Amino acid sequence: MNYIPHTQAEKQEMLKAIGVKSVDELFKDIPAALMPKSFDMPPGRSEFELMEHFKKLSGKNAAGLINFIGGGFYDHYIPAAVDSLASRPEFYTAYTPYQPECSQGWLQAIYEYQTIICELTGLDVSNASLYDGGTALYEAAMMAVRLTGRKKIIVDSGVSLIYRTMLYTYTSNLAIEFIETPVVHGQSCREDIYKNLDDNTAAVIVQNPNFFGAVDDFSDITDRVHKKGALAIASVYPVSLGILKSPAEMGFDIATGEGQSLGIPLSFGGPYLGFIAVKKEHMRQLPGRIVGATLDQDGKRGFVLTLQAREQHIRRERATSNICSNEALCALRALIYSCLLGKRGLQVLAELNYQKAEFAKSILGQVPKVMVKKSSPTFNEFTLELPKNADEVVTAMIAKGVACGFPLGRFYKGLDNYLLVAVTEKRTKEEIVKFAKILEECLCS
Amino acid sequence: MQLIFEKSSSGRQGYSLPKSDVPKADSLPGKYCRVTQANLPEVSELDVVRHFSALARLNFSVDTNFYPLGSCTMKYNPKFTEKIAALEGFSSPHPLVPQLSGGGILAQGSLEVLYHMERLLSEITGMAAFTMQPLAGAHGELTGVMLISAYHKSNGSRRKHIIIPDSSHGTNPASAAIAGYDVVVIPTDKSGSFDMELYKKALNNETAAVMLTCPDTLGLFNPKIKEIADLAHRVGALMYYDGANLNAILGKCRPGDIGFDVVHLNLHKTFATPHGGGGPGAGPVGVSGKLIDFLPISRVAKKDDGTYFLDYQNRKTIGYIAPFYGNFAVILKAYAYILALGREGLIEASENAVLNANYCLSRLRDYFDLPFDKICMHECVFSASRQLQNGVHALDIAKYLIDKGFHPPTIYFPLIVKEAMMIEPTETESKETLDNFIEAMIEASKLSEENPQILHSAPLTMPVKRLDETRAAREPNLRWKP
Repeated sequence: MNYIPHTQAEKQEMLKAIGVKSVDELFKDIPAALMPKSFDMPPGRSEFELMEHFKKLSGKNAAGLINFIGGGFYDHYIPAAVDSLASRPEFYTAYTPYQPECSQGWLQAIYEYQTIICELTGLDVSNASLYDGGTALYEAAMMAVRLTGRKKIIVDSGVSLIYRTMLYTYTSNLAIEFIETPVVHGQSCREDIYKNLDDNTAAVIVQNPNFFGAVDDFSDITDRVHKKGALAIASVYPVSLGILKSPAEMGFDIATGEGQSLGIPLSFGGPYLGFIAVKKEHMRQLPGRIVGATLDQDGKRGFVLTLQAREQHIRRERATSNICSNEALCALRALIYSCLLGKRGLQVLAELNYQKAEFAKSILGQVPKVMVKKSSPTFNEFTLELPKNADEVVTAMIAKGVACGFPLGRFYKGLDNYLLVAVTEKRTKEEIVKFAKILEECLCS
Repeated sequence: MQLIFEKSSSGRQGYSLPKSDVPKADSLPGKYCRVTQANLPEVSELDVVRHFSALARLNFSVDTNFYPLGSCTMKYNPKFTEKIAALEGFSSPHPLVPQLSGGGILAQGSLEVLYHMERLLSEITGMAAFTMQPLAGAHGELTGVMLISAYHKSNGSRRKHIIIPDSSHGTNPASAAIAGYDVVVIPTDKSGSFDMELYKKALNNETAAVMLTCPDTLGLFNPKIKEIADLAHRVGALMYYDGANLNAILGKCRPGDIGFDVVHLNLHKTFATPHGGGGPGAGPVGVSGKLIDFLPISRVAKKDDGTYFLDYQNRKTIGYIAPFYGNFAVILKAYAYILALGREGLIEASENAVLNANYCLSRLRDYFDLPFDKICMHECVFSASRQLQNGVHALDIAKYLIDKGFHPPTIYFPLIVKEAMMIEPTETESKETLDNFIEAMIEASKLSEENPQILHSAPLTMPVKRLDETRAAREPNLRWKP
């Protein structure tokens, strides 16, 4: 199947109109010497054969594991209406709304999405979305460098190692100095941050909840950061914002995060959704597409892509970023999900996650030789200290059907016996109790 | 249309969440809790369904309209690939699972997709290896430039500048600059090609790379491409291939055979995954043998026993470009599309894409100026400069086409063509569709002489008339407020 509609007769008519005898003549600009050295591709297959093939292939992924793995990417329930609406082809087979009059549906949806992100973070302005939480954090860091003209960034080591690695990868040619400050008893070490904070500091980056699951109130830090003329950046988990203090309430200038938890499937790593929100005064340094409301010739409200003088298609090498697309369909999912939850639903969902995790802490804390790290409050993810290597425990428990968490030793030196456990609203009391029981068995054996 | 926030009614609920089945714990201490709740709309599920169904109907899309948006390859997106990506076994796995010790075995299906896709893309392009991590075309460009930088650095100096033609996509210079390079722009000569004399002058041992789109954004294949590559290699510079226009040359020539060292592909263009209203796409990057060691980690590898695993051992790696393995669901759909078409289908895709573009070109050349009058590849670029004599801009023609039910071509790009209109019909469109579009273009051209006012006032059939973009930029209103 090649999805090409032309009959032989139609092709001949078209070739005649062009004034050539064969399709080959249309490729005459490609020198013969550049013919492919090989093009060893399999023959085409029917839709039915491929459906069967992929069903089988998808069966090679483990199914039915009870999932307590988080680490920034969470197994939340996705309402059926999200899939149904985001599957409308008028949304998913359109492209960037360059022509606003025939793209009002998309433009309005993105304007509404921007509003949702502003509401969640408490900040003033957002954009049409970025690729993922890591690239969003990188864009925020670059904004801070441009806004302050400084090149030193303090990063709390409670920020996901994945994002820190991305940050360092992207900036490896840019002479930006990164200083990592430690997490002590689950919390960002104020002393170390303040020691390093100086007149050359562009930004301080923290994460809430941090990678260990600990929740913090960073108001004291943002205050000190501002006194030095630097910017405070937070990477946040949107579902937690149903109860946690918003980035704006803590004084952050820029908030970013991974929007996957808002109705986007885990899909083995993507596509996901990067969001960013900033204070109004930083609006013109935002990267990427932005939608704004305006009026048409008759004075009727409508929406357009705006503030485009920042962007690559106009500014080329002087653009604020090289991004030219966004993750619109994922942003739409996040918007629909947020609308279904509504103001009250988001609080209920966040509270449910918190309650389930607190219950899991109390049950798991009763397993002999297992310690729940309690120095900081948490949201729906927390750290356990085990009497043996967490990686081995995880492997043993997977064999019994429970993906019990993420072994911190993979990302942090010296934390080999620590396990990061996430509990979303999908985990039942029964599953949590089962987790504790199997954990006890694994530790005894 | 009202915003969803304007439909909100205090106390109305659209959520369905399980009741807590665990004993109530103490609340989180107040100092960590937000005071002002996020003001999300309070609507019912049906309110939400009606709202987004209504919004959907306000868009043109490939499924509803011809969408010849040049440079974007808006071909038909087969439905079965959506069904495959939605299979529970692909949509639910957590990306950290294969990173657990022994976890690879739990993700063999997904790892196999990534492994095989890398092989197929390598064969299509003639490259040695691919990373699937980049999340979009521009993201692939940045990845590619960083690979180039790492390569030169390992040879002692990262070099200073990157050579880019003035006809390039805006992302090319932006990506080069963001990766820390100066940009040297080479103008297009009268024949529509890269100016070879100026190119030779610009090229020296501080040139890190030459970034080209081939066929270029004028839809033309530069017959001197091999010479350009050889000259670059002679001074130790690398060749970067912007794969935006790969749909023109499947099975006809391969960037790797020409001598390109780095290639990014846009899976959402050439390999038919939906554009999603702006994304998600996927921008895998292929490299020649000398750059493999620098590829981002992890990479998917195969053991002797036939199982797949994540390999983190690339010693000179530039690091992580994405949090995991790329936009997996998009890669999966593109993989299924390639398997459906197979060798012959891919070649036919390019042949018919080029046929359709030349058909449009031939039938419209009497009505619009053609700045570079020769056989094109998968897209053709006209200019509305003749219509401008009657005060009609490319923009006016575009708006008229909307009233006729067609998404307009890309306009005002490439920047080097005055009043540019870039038409990329793609191979999946029928002759009737092309004929109807061509007729509408011809009507627009006639109206520009007889009654330009109709063009100036278009569109009239859309939910809004022309919008005041100056007002939008001067008085930014970027979110709803009560």
